[in-house]
Amino acid sequence: MSIAEKFVTMEYGPAPEDPKEAMAWLDRHERRFQHFIGGKWQAPAAGQYFDTVDPSNGEKLASIAQGSAADVDAAVKAARAASSAWRSLTPHARARYLYALARLVQKHSRLLAVLETMDNGKPIRESRDIDIPLVARHFYYHAGWAQLLEQEFPEYVPCGVVGQIIPWNFPLLMLAWKIAPALATGNTVVLKPAEFTPLTALAFAELCQEAGLPAGVVNIVTGDGSTGEALVKHPDVDKIAFTGSTEVGRAIRAATATSHKRLSLELGGKSPFIVFEDADLDSTVEGLVDGIWFNQGQVCCAGSRLLMQESIAEALISKVQDRMSTLRIGAPLDKAIDIGAIVARVQLDRIRKLVDQGVADGATCWQPQVALPARGFYYPPTLLSNVHPTSIVAQQEIFGPVLAAMTFRTPAEAVGLANNTLYGLAACVWSESINVALHVAAQLKAGVVWVNCTNLFDASCGFGGYRESGYGREGGREGLLEYLEPAWFKNARMREEQVSGLRSQVSEKPESGNTDESGDSSDLSPASDSPAIDRTVKLYIGGKQARPDSGYSMEVRASDGRLLGEAPLGNRKDIRNAVEAARKATAWAKATAHNRAQVLYYCAENLSQRRDEIAHRLADAVGEKQASTEVNLSIERIFSYAAWADKFDGAVHNPPFRNIAIAMNEAIGTVGIICPREAPLLGFLSLVMPTLAMGNTVIAVPSEAYPLITGDLYQLFDTSDLPGGALNIVTGYTSQLLKPLAEHDDVDAIWCFANEASAAAAKAMSVGNLKQVWTNEGRAIDWFNSKTAEGKWLLEHATQVKNIWVPYGE
Amino acid sequence: MPAEHNEFGSVANSVANHAGTAIAILNGQPLLPNKGIPLNLDWVRDVRVNTSAVERRAQSQVARRTVKKEWQAAWLLRAISCMDLTTLSGDDTDERVRRLCAKGRHPIEPELERKLGIEELQIKVAAICIYHTFVETAVHALEGSGIRVAAVSTGFPAGLSPLAERVAEIRRSVEAGAHDIDVVITRAHVFGGRWQALYDEIAAFKQACGPAHMKVILGSGDLMTLRNVARASVVAMMAGADFIKTSTGKETTNATLPVGLVMTRAIREYAQQTGMAVGFKPAGGIRTAKQSLDWLAMMKEELGDSWLRAEMFRFGASSLLGDIERQLEHQATGRYSAEYRHPIA
Repeated sequence: MSIAEKFVTMEYGPAPEDPKEAMAWLDRHERRFQHFIGGKWQAPAAGQYFDTVDPSNGEKLASIAQGSAADVDAAVKAARAASSAWRSLTPHARARYLYALARLVQKHSRLLAVLETMDNGKPIRESRDIDIPLVARHFYYHAGWAQLLEQEFPEYVPCGVVGQIIPWNFPLLMLAWKIAPALATGNTVVLKPAEFTPLTALAFAELCQEAGLPAGVVNIVTGDGSTGEALVKHPDVDKIAFTGSTEVGRAIRAATATSHKRLSLELGGKSPFIVFEDADLDSTVEGLVDGIWFNQGQVCCAGSRLLMQESIAEALISKVQDRMSTLRIGAPLDKAIDIGAIVARVQLDRIRKLVDQGVADGATCWQPQVALPARGFYYPPTLLSNVHPTSIVAQQEIFGPVLAAMTFRTPAEAVGLANNTLYGLAACVWSESINVALHVAAQLKAGVVWVNCTNLFDASCGFGGYRESGYGREGGREGLLEYLEPAWFKNARMREEQVSGLRSQVSEKPESGNTDESGDSSDLSPASDSPAIDRTVKLYIGGKQARPDSGYSMEVRASDGRLLGEAPLGNRKDIRNAVEAARKATAWAKATAHNRAQVLYYCAENLSQRRDEIAHRLADAVGEKQASTEVNLSIERIFSYAAWADKFDGAVHNPPFRNIAIAMNEAIGTVGIICPREAPLLGFLSLVMPTLAMGNTVIAVPSEAYPLITGDLYQLFDTSDLPGGALNIVTGYTSQLLKPLAEHDDVDAIWCFANEASAAAAKAMSVGNLKQVWTNEGRAIDWFNSKTAEGKWLLEHATQVKNIWVPYGE
Repeated sequence: MPAEHNEFGSVANSVANHAGTAIAILNGQPLLPNKGIPLNLDWVRDVRVNTSAVERRAQSQVARRTVKKEWQAAWLLRAISCMDLTTLSGDDTDERVRRLCAKGRHPIEPELERKLGIEELQIKVAAICIYHTFVETAVHALEGSGIRVAAVSTGFPAGLSPLAERVAEIRRSVEAGAHDIDVVITRAHVFGGRWQALYDEIAAFKQACGPAHMKVILGSGDLMTLRNVARASVVAMMAGADFIKTSTGKETTNATLPVGLVMTRAIREYAQQTGMAVGFKPAGGIRTAKQSLDWLAMMKEELGDSWLRAEMFRFGASSLLGDIERQLEHQATGRYSAEYRHPIA
């Protein structure tokens, strides 16, 4: 076709990115890649390789080593060997390495972009303009953290050896999100890239060599799910960081339950994209393009559920369809392509199947008239309208260029529909009213909320989910904490397991009298000529004292076998009732921080009033000295969290855009707490108070050794204006109460500080809704030391960070 | 048969069944020339523009589309054919205007045309844009070329002379033979939200234009906010603008892609609501071949191929042509060219 003819048609024509350099790079490696272990390329122990394929044409790109357990073991050993020297480097030295990696990514940016596009199928525009620049930015940003680490996190140490497993949708970017914070904080890494997209990780290994990174600090082991499993199960890995499907996230949680590995999970999503009638609709449409037609919709935070206010639904759908017609789908290496290839045949089949099911459920399917390339794995942009929340396409993550559209009437209904999902990764709100946008943003259960924008990412802002989208954050200050531990905790001795009774935590001379007498020497004791009035301790549910459903009581005995009293024997129905009460206690969650502080101060005031009486009874179990110390420290601890209640502030991040990115510390929701055996009062309050202070509602199971404390506690809270249901106390055997609590799908987090077996069980039982699990990991915690058992570390566990992006400008 | 004619044929055929003469097609909908509609204040007030989102789209659009090789050459030729080759300086003279007209007739050297194989296209610019004083000179110089004469009018560039004088100015230019009249609005009406006054002013200009095409210059650099630009666009179209135009070229910032995006979206909305087509003219600051490609791509994406023709789209430019010539020579020879190798206007 001549120029003259092209002048008439005014078509775009091809604009191919030349893959020559990337092909030459593959050829230099003879199109065969080994593992990168201990700074060297090492052949797979089992000698097996698999193919990685260009999804845009189905052609093989290279042979990739299939990692076995032996390969993983070699990599973990290399990482362990490098760990001590790496963590001992000065922060400045580590900063230099990260800076070098950032620079090297920039120097080789086009090679990395082309390789990414060839291996993954994403348009070269995206890998060139979005993925790779964000990779460089991530290393720059974390070079800064490496430099500042000792100043900003003086009491923290690295986890150690970190196992990282990343997905195929943003291969090098996810690598950067994993490796940069891990290295900045002094960890060493074994990373397994996705089976479909290993090439850029291997190119990155070369950059590590070029940067002179010490051998073993970064190890790359390629392979399929079995390789990842070997990494997850390896006994010498201190932490697992995983990004991928919720299904695999569950398996990893279960597989690590009996270990002390830390875990962060960034999983799936079904993110709502909410459009109010006062939105700039043309810009909203572009937001959708960036939301669901970015990376072929293979984005965990893709705005895949379009929620439109009824009054503008028709107009918006029409605009969306017009825009879909101008999306260009085709060869990903073409610079003017909007939608490239789906990563693999299996993913393409999954998209087709889900869309078919959606249509069978009654959805209307609309696709523009576009020709798909004859070869390769392509799926056209797709709009499903008339979708109802009951439809599979409104519930399940499709991970393809498929938008499911629904309508709403009011902001409240928009929030209801938006939160009607198992997931909680991201959300978009489009409105020109700052009142509407921020009001809705605050109510959304999502780790990231974009106001009038979509899919903006930056190293300075935390990214991560609520609910079954996982836990942990990547990016920002909040992301660093995933790779750090308080030094005292890392070095704490392992707790000796106690079988029955209580051993005093405070050294005490035996003459204190409670070992051979029954505590009747005090002036609080009843007159000797009449029996004491029987004291019945009950459960505390929804602000009321409640008899246990079972109608049974449990004996509570001192370490010497004396009967101290009887406590109600709670069962699964009591747990059910307690969770229901906690979920209904919305007043506490909505109370202002100042109001929560007031209530906590009042608790301290009342505990102080009743100090002697409570200490006297507690002395039965733990001795007078400890009892007295516990009560005194408890008053102080409550004061401390009353103080914190209105001071645990979030942050305003500084991403390189004209906007405000607000990192809010939000309550997790409903938290189940299995209290430690030791320190029945102080241990209980040390865990419950930070949780309440942050606005969570709580179901607490007090020390099995001395559940009688409940009787004192509810009198305390009842008189302190704590709203009913904010705190619920169920006594009983941990072995019986843990299961219904840890498995309960309406509980958002479980803290288990009882014993090793319960901690492992809590982790294993949490997989149903992937609730957050926090335990003492077998370590002894000194509840009497406020430096360790009080403060920010606990508050960080009692909150989750929501990042709200608000661009501005007129 | 000239290619330009071909294309008109295809537009005409596809809308043959439509009553009246369609001048453009938007997503399959034939559109009539703009006759204006009564001022609709609800529409003006309901305009929403999110500046950050518009800027992001403008930024990503440039990265999402590119044309290479022969396609690029074809697009650059299209840019020339949509050009209002402009001189609006205090030192303009009749002779200077004649030179410009000569360049407008033959924007590309015959030898370069031959190398590119485009002689049959008979590429020329769309119009010569000048002050009223030179209208007769230009009409004479362009006789028989099919190139239009565009006069800036209404107290250009400030637009602050008395309304009667501004209207009279339009009449004089039309009488002198101008085909296009580029009018400027009273920016104060926008700042004050005096939409009725703005509407009446533009409607009066339109009436004075008679058969001549009216391009309404919004002064986007003066209006400052994209919301102002969007509202002024809507009012101008309601009042009967044939084209809406970004700026005078005399403001501190002139045609920017975000402004262009807001105006093209307004044109699209107006077309969809009324069935009438309004043209678009970015002016000021468009100096490079690459910029012209970005603007053309924006037109193609936001409005469709009808807005890639001089009937619906113009560049207001003075130095753009020189850069395009150099790029075309590079296409023809494979060597990078120099400015002095091309005849100046």
